[in-house]
Amino acid sequence: MEEKKDNNLPLGGVIPKGGTAHDYSTGGWRKLRPVLDKGKCTNCLICWVMCPDSAIITEDGKMIGFDMEHCKGCGICAAECPDKVKAIKMEEEAG
Amino acid sequence: MAITMTKGQVGLTGNTAVAYAMKQINPDVCAAYPITPSTGIIEDFSGYVADGAVDTELITVESEHSAMSACIGAAAAGARVMTATSSQGLALMWEMLYIASGMRLPIILTDVNRALSAPINIHCDHSDSMGARDSGWIQLYSETVQEAYDNIFLAVRVAEHPRVLLPVMVCLDGFITSHAIENISLIDDAEVKQFVGEYKAAQHLLDTDNPITYGAMSLPENYIEFKHEQSKAMAGSKEAVLDVSREFGKKFGRDYGLFETYRLEDAETAIVILNSAAGTTKVAVDALRKQGMKVGLLRPRLFRPFPFNEIAAALKHVKVLGVLDRADSMSGFGGPLFNEVRSALYDLDARPKTVGRIYGLGGRDYKLKDAVAVFGELDRIRETGKIDTLTKYITL
Repeated sequence: MEEKKDNNLPLGGVIPKGGTAHDYSTGGWRKLRPVLDKGKCTNCLICWVMCPDSAIITEDGKMIGFDMEHCKGCGICAAECPDKVKAIKMEEEAG
Repeated sequence: MAITMTKGQVGLTGNTAVAYAMKQINPDVCAAYPITPSTGIIEDFSGYVADGAVDTELITVESEHSAMSACIGAAAAGARVMTATSSQGLALMWEMLYIASGMRLPIILTDVNRALSAPINIHCDHSDSMGARDSGWIQLYSETVQEAYDNIFLAVRVAEHPRVLLPVMVCLDGFITSHAIENISLIDDAEVKQFVGEYKAAQHLLDTDNPITYGAMSLPENYIEFKHEQSKAMAGSKEAVLDVSREFGKKFGRDYGLFETYRLEDAETAIVILNSAAGTTKVAVDALRKQGMKVGLLRPRLFRPFPFNEIAAALKHVKVLGVLDRADSMSGFGGPLFNEVRSALYDLDARPKTVGRIYGLGGRDYKLKDAVAVFGELDRIRETGKIDTLTKYITL
């Protein structure tokens, strides 16, 4: 039998490399959006740890905002932000 | 049961022989949940695991759905994986069967054929494996303990063939084959090891240098292409079955093809039947041949993929065929084997007249007199040219 040559489909529907979730926008169906109050934020980065979509953007160890291409608006960051801080609020998406 | 000899004749039940084949193959992972009549396979095999006779990781799970899920996870991680089940157990695996085949994971499952509920019944028929006939698993059927034992080795090679990479189900009849002792010839451990070889997965989850994702979504832009590839692999696996069977025959002297024929060359009437009931039918063929009737038999070994052209070529000279199913597809038009065989004959210029008979459900005996009666009926159709009843139940 000949080896198959006629296609480039990965066997069994696997995704043949890592990190491809980054290329897929999951922010399209968001109902609520997180809003950061920089004045209150202590940069504890609990939101960064807890975000299921890796949508917390950091720079030099500081929380600087949200990746709205991947944020699904689940509100986990707002819920996990410590009670004494509460620097993230969820707001209705416009429209 | 302790097995001390690896050559010559030894008396084993179907279950013991399959467990011994698994021991000789020494798979990486076995995930299983016990169910009658396949329990003996995993019972024996867990003994080999406990004794350290194999390196297999035996995963005892809470259901057959979990058993097949664990098999899929382990196979995706690059392991050679085997399991066994029957009846409701196979039915509970149903969702995962499609995932195993769609992910192209070469898992080996022994299905000890048993009727499906309701009413609840533990005895032999083929409704379990026939229910899974469209799940994308290659299906090999076994008449005897020897054939079930041999099919396990063939299954591993076919499943892991680079052109195939599909799961394989080996079927044998519950109690009739699984629990009856036959003298069989075992293959030497070293020869088994050489025949099945080392398994190296083409791609797997533990290869951290080449990370992959199994089980991703595929929407209208490419789902159909993945299914097309799977379908081509299934159709092509027939060649792999022939190649591997030829190699097996050369090495071990037992020749298996896509199907077995018995005194079929000059037969005017013939029965097509799966698994152990073929043995009874052969006895009827011999008895009727002595009386001068030109009767024969064809016993499919490979049911998925179904060898349409080869079976049509082997049956084209027959005048009247009786296709006997030990399962009803509840279509109102006979059993699954009847429908496949009848469809296979459609393109012939001159087709045998073909009737379907459903027999032996839930372990009802199929006796010599039943086979003789079917041949009698086929002979009347041959003489009169008239079919009174196209499909019906027998052994009622």
